[in-house]
Amino acid sequence: MTTDLTAPGAHRATGTGTAPTPGPGTRPGPASGRRRPHALAVIAVLIALFSLVPLGYVIAMTVATGWDTAVSLIFRARVGELLLNTILLMAVSVPLCLVLGVGGAWLVERTSLRGNRFWALALAAPLAIPAFVNSYGWVSAVPSLAGLWSGVLISVLSYFPLVYIPAAATLSRLDPSLEESAASLGLGPWQVFRRVVLPQLRLAMTGGALLVGLHLLAEYGAFAMIRFDTFTTAIMVQYQSTFNGAAGNMLASVLVVLCLLLLVAEVRSRGTARYARVGSGGQAAPGRMPLGRLHVPAQLALLLLVVLAVGVPMWFVVRWVVLGGSEIWAPDELVPALLQTLVYGVAGAVATTLVAFPMAFLAVRRPSWFTRSLELSNYITSSMPGIVVGLAFVTVSIRFLPAFYQTAVVLVAAYVLLFLPRALVSLRSGLAQAPRELEEAAQALGVRPLGAFVRVTLRLTAPAAAGGAALVFLAIVNELTATLLLAPNGTTTLATEFWAKSSEIDYAGAAPYALLMVVLSAPMTYLLFQQSKKAAGQ
Amino acid sequence: MTTTPPSTSSHPPVDYHDPSARGRLEVKGLTKSFGPQQVLRGVTLSVDPGSTTAIVGPSGSGKTTLLRLIAGFEGADAGSVTLSGRALAGIDAWVPAHHRDVGYVAQDGALFPHLTVGQNIAFGIDASDLAGGRKAVRARVAELLEMVSLDGALAARRPHEISGGQQQRVALARALAREPELMLLDESFSALDAGLRVATRRTVAKVLHDAGITTVLVTHDQAEALSFADQVAVMRDGLLAQVDSPLEVYTRPVDRATAEFLGDAVMLEAWVDGDTATCSLGSVPLAATTLRGRVQLMLRPEQIRVDDDGPIRGVVVDTDYFGPESTVRLELTSSREPGCETSALAREGEIISIRHSNAFIAARGTELRLRIEGEAIAFPATATGAPA
Repeated sequence: MTTDLTAPGAHRATGTGTAPTPGPGTRPGPASGRRRPHALAVIAVLIALFSLVPLGYVIAMTVATGWDTAVSLIFRARVGELLLNTILLMAVSVPLCLVLGVGGAWLVERTSLRGNRFWALALAAPLAIPAFVNSYGWVSAVPSLAGLWSGVLISVLSYFPLVYIPAAATLSRLDPSLEESAASLGLGPWQVFRRVVLPQLRLAMTGGALLVGLHLLAEYGAFAMIRFDTFTTAIMVQYQSTFNGAAGNMLASVLVVLCLLLLVAEVRSRGTARYARVGSGGQAAPGRMPLGRLHVPAQLALLLLVVLAVGVPMWFVVRWVVLGGSEIWAPDELVPALLQTLVYGVAGAVATTLVAFPMAFLAVRRPSWFTRSLELSNYITSSMPGIVVGLAFVTVSIRFLPAFYQTAVVLVAAYVLLFLPRALVSLRSGLAQAPRELEEAAQALGVRPLGAFVRVTLRLTAPAAAGGAALVFLAIVNELTATLLLAPNGTTTLATEFWAKSSEIDYAGAAPYALLMVVLSAPMTYLLFQQSKKAAGQ
Repeated sequence: MTTTPPSTSSHPPVDYHDPSARGRLEVKGLTKSFGPQQVLRGVTLSVDPGSTTAIVGPSGSGKTTLLRLIAGFEGADAGSVTLSGRALAGIDAWVPAHHRDVGYVAQDGALFPHLTVGQNIAFGIDASDLAGGRKAVRARVAELLEMVSLDGALAARRPHEISGGQQQRVALARALAREPELMLLDESFSALDAGLRVATRRTVAKVLHDAGITTVLVTHDQAEALSFADQVAVMRDGLLAQVDSPLEVYTRPVDRATAEFLGDAVMLEAWVDGDTATCSLGSVPLAATTLRGRVQLMLRPEQIRVDDDGPIRGVVVDTDYFGPESTVRLELTSSREPGCETSALAREGEIISIRHSNAFIAARGTELRLRIEGEAIAFPATATGAPA
């Protein structure tokens, strides 16, 4: 997993309410559409089964290892150490991300903060810097960085926007009449925030916390660089030494259990209360609280945060670029890496969008227990770390499809699986804006069903599909873990080449790759930021 | 069934009883279930060429499903749909929506948001059918806009830039572009606010009438159904409870639920003997009925008039003022004219509602004298209609 804002949390936010009314209105005519949905359903089931490959792999490997071996491999000091590291990292980083994310969102959206439009973007900007580039920048600044607290520093600075973006989107759309009502019922500003605003942020906070947690479990590069051991880095070390050892597989199964526990915890804490606005009619813009004497400290705090999260890594990337001079821009290495990154990014984005379409279509047009179970499988898959997906695909392709081992096909398939949720979220909201009624109107005007589908539904979904594809592209550009495992021999991407150079402590040589990744990511991050604002109200 | 042939239509005379006349819609025994829920339970309806039928019923009665089956968006489980003598749906017959000569206007108009108004209207026009290509299409669009009383300049606008009433008229123009034999209006005016709704409805009715297009309107608004249509079909629980002229369904409803759905009704217990019924209002003339003995009597509130010489007395309990009219609730007092027979049914203190146009006299506590105009309708005493 890389920075995947639109994964599980946001996924559900758009999942409810946007779909056209289910039920009687959505049945096919006898001759017109019955075949298409069935074919779609078959495709969607195949995709769902495919998406369960990583989980299936982990289960199969655990079973194959045998009970006694598994127990001896899982219940040992090394696993306990990794578990402690992981739990401490999460216990410190997740609350810090929540405080920074919600606090920043509140300052930007609901106070008289000057320059709030600038800060709104600046607080989302760290997402354009891959965590392992952030880590590289900080190691350049403080070479002695290592261990838990360094891990916390890098994690919080890289991932607090995962809470900030949904929180800001929710706050900007919060109905001010709720707060006005609370005030008229005798609550002071702080009480209003605690008893009315904060509960409204619950979905954004639990979803954001889940994303941060999953990223912490999945991140490899950032922690490997500061020599902080987590399950993912340990699995990678095992893989590099023994390729497909039982020890590595058991670590992977513990990691998967942790991911699933996070999913359950998030579902539990999400609650069942209703957060949508009740009633209809226009909504006024939320009011802003005057900051008064706190204005200067607030500005300074935000400045410090952005300097630490964006300024430090970018300063050192640029510094290495300058120090490296012209020799680090070796075209024979840089150009192939850039081209292959672009090719994989585009291929992966297109493939992911195509694969997501049948699932999104079924979910919006024919909601049922069937489509919900498809979504559940997708939800579980979206929590699988890149290292597990990589391991699963390596093993499955060697075992069952040796012809495909170490080919571009397997790598693109892994990208599809890792980033399907991003494309799904976009496509779902796009399809919700192309209701079935419009397609029917076209049919009543004499256009055959396929033509109506293309001219109306596909046309109206195109912008959302493009947006989703762009987000997948962003994710692929910055993907390191699965790419390291699955890239064909001789294939380099910006991320893998950056990693190879910085692992050899050639920090200057790695700098151009880091710069290119950030430059490619920046517009996509902006898009993600914009999209989150639209999706929040649904 | 009554028929009102379009008097001002310029179309050649049609034989309204010819089952294959252009524009005649025949629906026979349609049934449709969604899972365990049976939405249509055998609907049969006949619509004369060029006439207007309103299908009216509470939400969930199946009226929209019926319209969707006629449009061809869905297939029925059983039954048939025939338009102009051509089987559209039935045993061994299925014509998909895009091959039916049926226009459809959805509740919100369903204009394509990515196209301009002009492109929306031209959507169903096949440019190769028109001599003159693009120019002819543009001319046709202008003609259609004019037909629905819209400014030609609107053609360049986007759907979200025009008002709701304009959107509905554009949707109509778009559907008219293909010169359909049948026009289906699915709650087409419901999303508009009150004043606009009436104006838009009038325009649409006139356009369709002038074009001689058979029209079926689905609505939950009984006033809209009564004012729009030549024929009103009252739908309830997947069946047509009554199909008749607006006057007939309003004044001679077949059962209590229909009566209460179509308007306010004063329901009274009564005893029928011959042509009159005896109730708390005294003797009331009765529409022809075979019922005898204990019945439920239905009067429209406007049938109970205030008259200084009226035989019935009541004290005003309260009033609802609507501007031109008030609904006045009265508590009946037993003291009738001397000589008027009292019956066991004349319960003192019964409260009835009437309509009255003079709000001033209806102050609380005022005693009013009333008389009944027209005939009451008798329903079996065990009638199980839900209160309106």
